[in-house]
Amino acid sequence: MMSTDRKLGMKAKERIGNAFVYLLLIIMSIIWLTPFVCIVLQSFRVESTWQVGYVIPKEWGLDNYRALFDSDFTTWYMNTFIIAVVCAIVNPLMVLSMSYTLSRFRFKMRKPLMKFMLILGLFPGILAMIILYRLLKDMGLTQENAVPGLILVYCASSGMGYYIAKGFFDTISTSLDESARIDGANRMQVFFKIIMPLAKPIVIYTVLTAFMAPWGDFMFAKFVAFGTSKGMNVAVGLWSWLTKDQINSRYTMFCAGGVIVAIPVTLLFMFLQKYYVEGVTGGAVKG
Amino acid sequence: MGKKTKDNKYDELFHKAGFAESFAKGDAATKLSAIIMGLGCAVRGQLARGFIFLAFQVLFILYMINSGSYWLSMLPSLGKVGPTKEYDAFFDTYVPTYNDNSFEILLYGILTIFLIVAFILTWALNIKMSYDAQLKKEKGKKINRFIDDVHSLVDEGFYKTLLSLPMLGITLFTFLPIVFMIFIAFTNYDGKHDGYITNLFTWVGLDNFRTLFSMAGGKGSYFNVFLGILGWTVAWAFLATFSNYFLGILVAMMINKKGIKFKKLWRTILVLTIAIPQFISLLYVSKMFDKGGIVNGFLMNMGWINAPIDYWGNPTYARILVVVINIWIGIPYLMLIATGILMNIPADLYEASRIDGANPIQQFRYITMPYMLFVTAPYLLTSFTGNMNNFNVIYLLSGGNPVNPNASAADGGVGYTDLLITWLYKIALGSESRYYMASVLGIVIFIIVSTITLLVYNGLGSNKNEGDMA
Repeated sequence: MMSTDRKLGMKAKERIGNAFVYLLLIIMSIIWLTPFVCIVLQSFRVESTWQVGYVIPKEWGLDNYRALFDSDFTTWYMNTFIIAVVCAIVNPLMVLSMSYTLSRFRFKMRKPLMKFMLILGLFPGILAMIILYRLLKDMGLTQENAVPGLILVYCASSGMGYYIAKGFFDTISTSLDESARIDGANRMQVFFKIIMPLAKPIVIYTVLTAFMAPWGDFMFAKFVAFGTSKGMNVAVGLWSWLTKDQINSRYTMFCAGGVIVAIPVTLLFMFLQKYYVEGVTGGAVKG
Repeated sequence: MGKKTKDNKYDELFHKAGFAESFAKGDAATKLSAIIMGLGCAVRGQLARGFIFLAFQVLFILYMINSGSYWLSMLPSLGKVGPTKEYDAFFDTYVPTYNDNSFEILLYGILTIFLIVAFILTWALNIKMSYDAQLKKEKGKKINRFIDDVHSLVDEGFYKTLLSLPMLGITLFTFLPIVFMIFIAFTNYDGKHDGYITNLFTWVGLDNFRTLFSMAGGKGSYFNVFLGILGWTVAWAFLATFSNYFLGILVAMMINKKGIKFKKLWRTILVLTIAIPQFISLLYVSKMFDKGGIVNGFLMNMGWINAPIDYWGNPTYARILVVVINIWIGIPYLMLIATGILMNIPADLYEASRIDGANPIQQFRYITMPYMLFVTAPYLLTSFTGNMNNFNVIYLLSGGNPVNPNASAADGGVGYTDLLITWLYKIALGSESRYYMASVLGIVIFIIVSTITLLVYNGLGSNKNEGDMA
């Protein structure tokens, strides 16, 4: 008799606990979704173009989306898209060669090299930007020609971000390499034929992050596009619509632009989410 | 046994003699290599290798005569003749002539020094390789032909092939710029002294560091502004890191709790903030809290406030807001990470503690947290230093505002939510473009971040078995 009482008590307790958790999760979901719902709703507002204190439009329409296509937004979008695609191809090559080498080869300069990159990484990245800007300017790769300039900058140093991929390679047993080498494969064949097929998750992770990063880069893109609209990426362009002198005529267009930028990137991310989660989890544990 | 010979097939230096020993014990050809590079290799049949050494030597000498010596000679002054203006009577205007270029002098001066170092290393290698070939010949061993060297690049030396491009990029686009900017901290390079068009810039010694640490000007002095921003930067990094960390773990535990349904739905909703490009969510949320934004509109509609609150205009509100919005951005990452780790905690630990009568809070305190902290300590460190330099969140949310009226000495309109990194950015992009101060700040940030990293790493000792066991 007593034991059933206790069981019932525990069950009730657990039910209350779960109800409490559900309540918290629902509140959180509302908080997390509110901004995104608001931005979508406001992008359809046509009665005014400035900021207002209400969310639901009084008049609905696609005017803001139409206006986007007559603005520089299309240029920004193309700029960013080109940069993202090139980065998604080049960065993984850099990152994977770097991480595979540091994971598998033992050579004299290995440890010093890793320390060197660790120290370099402790300098704020902005510091390098001041000179890179001037160098790119001398090469004619700023302002209107910002796209190749930005690609160069994003890709050149991408090897520094090798940590997560190296952690992944560390988990692939070296006995695979060794048996292939005994069978007569050279190191390059081992890399391309044995390791790469196994590394699919980390390859997808690097491609995904390399593709997504240029959509969000603001700091350097603003520097390089300085003073012209043609060389901006979406982040800098949409940011400029929220500055004091533009916000009143562009606010709802910003919302529409944000939606257009977010949809493909978000879909891609959601689609490949599994690989992203594996990457960040592994990276955090390895440090 | 067969494997061993294979590994030695492409060895470059089969003895371990250093440069001095190689030179001392080398024969005439090896010694002559000190003057004519590659000679020692060439006489022993390594023609291609010898030729490459010689070609490098010739090119180096030609470069030094042609331009290297000029850059080096100008390095101490960073340029002697600045831009001049001459009156042109025909057009009745002043025509500027540009002369020396301090920027180029500094840049090519540094590159020349790099090149000299590279030359000396190559020169020493040339002698070592010559001695190596000499020894091999004496002992009747096989001497690597050029084709062997090339083959090695896809085999034993494949790492060189793989590393070449990434390292070239890192050297040119990260290492060189950082070295350059460190030098800039000791010059007066700014908008008015851009080294070519406006004026030359020159060495000023430690003046810029003295400016940063000067107390002149009382409350508005550089040092006071610096201390204020430094304090907030550390406080922000602390709050941002640990609020995300603990709340993220709590959320992960809630979602993973037994009996909670729709786990995937909750996770997906949270992950939206990672998937949607950050600048959109940050800019939008920042505008939601504007004086005329949605939040004020909502609160006034509900009748909870009478007049709009200027969140970004009040230092305390602005600081609380950036931390809170950062939680909104950061919890999902931690939730993902923590979910992975929580599943690895052995279930029997919980089972055993439950039998011993531990309640969930005790379980959290004595099992979950210690395990999490142990596994994620390195992550906590990088996320702390990352938050110290978290440019995007601050710049896109508050822009560093509200402006601090006392901070007169520092330009760029430095504000109460500015971090050192956004201050640096504002200085560089400010009306006077004081690159030298930006550079000084960059060095200071590096010193702070590396000190923290070193202290914590030594305290942790968790870097002892970095992947080497694999």
